[in-house]
Amino acid sequence: MDDKVLLQVTNLQKYFPVKGVKGPGVQAVEGVSLEIKKGETLGLVGESGCGKTTLGRTILRLHEPTCGRIVYDGNTIYDSGGFDIPLKDKDGKQVLDKNGKPLTTKSKKTSQDMLPFRRKMQIIFQDPLASLDPRMTVGEIIGEAIDIHKLASSKEERSEMIKSFLSDVGLNTEHANRFPHEFSGGQQQRVGIARALAVKPEFIVCDEPISALDVSIQSQIVNMLEDMQNELGLTYLFIAHDLSVVRHISNRIGVMYLGSLIELGESYELYKHPLHPYTKTLLSAIPVPDPEKSRARKRIVLEGDISSPMNPPKGCRFHTRCPYATQKCKEEIPQFKEYGKDHWAACHLLG
Amino acid sequence: MSNTEDKKLLEIKDLKVSFFTPAGEVKAVGGISYDLGYGEVMGIVGESGSGKSVEAYSIMGLLQSPGKVIGGSISFEGEDVLSYDKNQMIDFRGNKVAMIFQNPMTCLNPVYTIGNQLIEALRAHNKEISAHDASKRAMEMLELVGINNLEKRMKQYPHEFSGGMRQRVMIAMGLICSPKLLIADEPTTALDVTIQAQILEIMKDIQKKTGMGIIFITHNFGVVAEICDKVSVMYAGRIVEQGKVDDIYYKPAHPYTIGLLRSMPRVDAEEYERLIPIDGTPVDMCCPPEGCLFAPRCEKCMQICFKKVPPYAELGDGHRSACWLRVQEQMSGKEEQDNG
Repeated sequence: MDDKVLLQVTNLQKYFPVKGVKGPGVQAVEGVSLEIKKGETLGLVGESGCGKTTLGRTILRLHEPTCGRIVYDGNTIYDSGGFDIPLKDKDGKQVLDKNGKPLTTKSKKTSQDMLPFRRKMQIIFQDPLASLDPRMTVGEIIGEAIDIHKLASSKEERSEMIKSFLSDVGLNTEHANRFPHEFSGGQQQRVGIARALAVKPEFIVCDEPISALDVSIQSQIVNMLEDMQNELGLTYLFIAHDLSVVRHISNRIGVMYLGSLIELGESYELYKHPLHPYTKTLLSAIPVPDPEKSRARKRIVLEGDISSPMNPPKGCRFHTRCPYATQKCKEEIPQFKEYGKDHWAACHLLG
Repeated sequence: MSNTEDKKLLEIKDLKVSFFTPAGEVKAVGGISYDLGYGEVMGIVGESGSGKSVEAYSIMGLLQSPGKVIGGSISFEGEDVLSYDKNQMIDFRGNKVAMIFQNPMTCLNPVYTIGNQLIEALRAHNKEISAHDASKRAMEMLELVGINNLEKRMKQYPHEFSGGMRQRVMIAMGLICSPKLLIADEPTTALDVTIQAQILEIMKDIQKKTGMGIIFITHNFGVVAEICDKVSVMYAGRIVEQGKVDDIYYKPAHPYTIGLLRSMPRVDAEEYERLIPIDGTPVDMCCPPEGCLFAPRCEKCMQICFKKVPPYAELGDGHRSACWLRVQEQMSGKEEQDNG
C-alpha cells in the first residue's frame, strides 16, 4: 500500500425520486466524502438501508449520482458542477487572462465516458447466482468481459486467459463449459470473482461478497480475496454487514447511518476506541463467540428502528435514536471532523 | 424445578428423516439423539443442508412429502409425538410447542391485521375465550415483546411493521398459548446486528419469565454463546458434537467444531490473524461417502474414518463427540489404566 490516492469522492449524493411523492424522494446517499488509497481495503458497515450498497454502486456510476464529484486516479469521471474546458473565442483561439494564463470554463457535460474506466473498476455482487447469466457457460461469461475490452489478440490467447482466471480462483479449467447452476454457492462466487478479475482491474467494489455463503466457505473466499490483493495490488471497497469480517479484511472502516458517513478510521483503532455513539452501539451488538465474555459484557441496546430515508430527521440523522441527543443535535448537522490521527467522526458531543 | 430433574421436556432418540426424491433417498437426518430439560436453551449449529431445520420440522410434524421420518422416536413430556393423530397434533402445535421462522414476512398473512392474526392463533386453541379477553391477551403479548402504541399496532398490517418488529410479532404469536417449548429457526439471521441484539434480549428475558425450553437453530456461533446452555453441532445430518456451551467453545473435541471456530474472524481478536478455512465443500447428501461424513474435509482423518461411522466418545458432563480420534484416545487411555 502506498500513499497515492486512487479514488476520491467529494460530497457525493444519490436521491431516488419516488413517483407520486413530492420532494427529493429517497435520500439514499447524502454528502459522502472519502478517499481510498492505492492497495488499501476500505470497509463500509452499517445497517441495511443505510446506503452502503448505493454508495458503492454510485461510485462505479452503476447509479448516476445526483450531485458531487468522483475522481479516479486523477481523472474526474463525474462532476455535477461540470468539467473544466479551455475557453475559446470565435476563431477557436484559446482566451488568455491578463497574466497570459489560459482561461477555462465549465462544460455542460457532467460525466465521462465510462468504458475505459469499467476495465479498471469492477464489482463483485452479493448473490453470485443472480449476478451470472444462467444461459451462458462460465467460459462465455468470463470471455465476454475479455471481448468487450478487446484484451485478447487471438482465440487461443482468449481461451488461455479464461483457463488461467479459473485456476486463479481455485476452479478447474474444465469448469469453463459448465453453466452457473451446476456450481455450489461458494464456487459461483469464485466465478463472480473470476469475471471481475478478467479485465485486470485495479479497483473492486466487493458488495457483501460472502454474506450468502456458508460459514465454512466464507473464510476460503476471504483468504482468496486477500491473496489476490497481495498478488495483483488491488484496491477494495469492501461492503458488508458482518462487522467481524469487515474488521478482519479492512485497513480502514467507514460507518454509515441513513446515507451519511458518520465515522471513519483505522480498523483496529475504530473497534477499540469508537467515537460516535452509533458506532459504539453497533459494536456492542456484535455477538462474541465466547460464552464467558458474552455473559460478562454489557450491551447498549438501541431503541427503535432506523428512520425512513424518504423523510430523514433534521440535524444529526441519528438523534432520534441517540441516548445522548441534545437540542443542538436536533437542529444542526454535525460536521465530519478529524478527532485523532486519521480518525474522523461527525458528532456534536465530540466537539 | 426439583421434580423436573428426572423428567425431560423433550427426548429425541436416533431420529432418522429421509427425502425420497426421483434421484434417490436423501438421508437429511441420519440418526440424531438429544434431550432437553425444562427451561433449557439448546443451540443447534450447522451449515445450510446439515439437516437442522428438517429435524425441527419433524418435531412439529411439519415435514412435507417427499420427506418422511423413517426411524427413531420423539417424546415430549414422556408422550410419543410420532404416534399422534391429526387432532392430537393440532393440539400439540401451538399449545405445547411453538415455532418461529427466519423470515417473518412470509409467515404473516399480508391481508389480515396483526391483531386479527394474534387472536386467531389464540382462539384456534382456546374456543371458550371471549373476543374481548382474546384481544386483551394479544395486547399483553405484544407488550411483552416490546411493542408500544398497542391499540394502533393491533389494527395495522404486516407491511406496516419493520423486519425487527415483525419478528417480535412472530414471537408474540408463538407464545400466545404459553407453550413449554419454543423452536426458533434462525430467528435473527435476516436481521441487522442491532435488531438481532434487541430480539436476543427479548428472548432471554421472556425465557427467564416463563421458564420455557428453547431450541435455537442458527449458524452463528456468536449468537449461540449468548443465549444457549447446551449446543449440538450438526454436520451432514448427524450431530458430530454435543455438550454444555462452555465445553464446546473452550474444549471443542470434533475437528469440524474446531475448524469452524478457527475459521471465523473474531471481533474480540487483538490483531490481524490470517483465517484458517476448512478445505473442501459440504457433502452431497444424494450420495454421501461411507464412514465419517466429515472425513473428506478432515485434516486428521485416518483409514478407519472412511470405513466406519464413528461412535460417540463420552468426554464427561454430557460432552460427547463423534470422532474416531477421540474414541481411540479413550481406548488407549483405558488400556494404559488396565496395564498400570
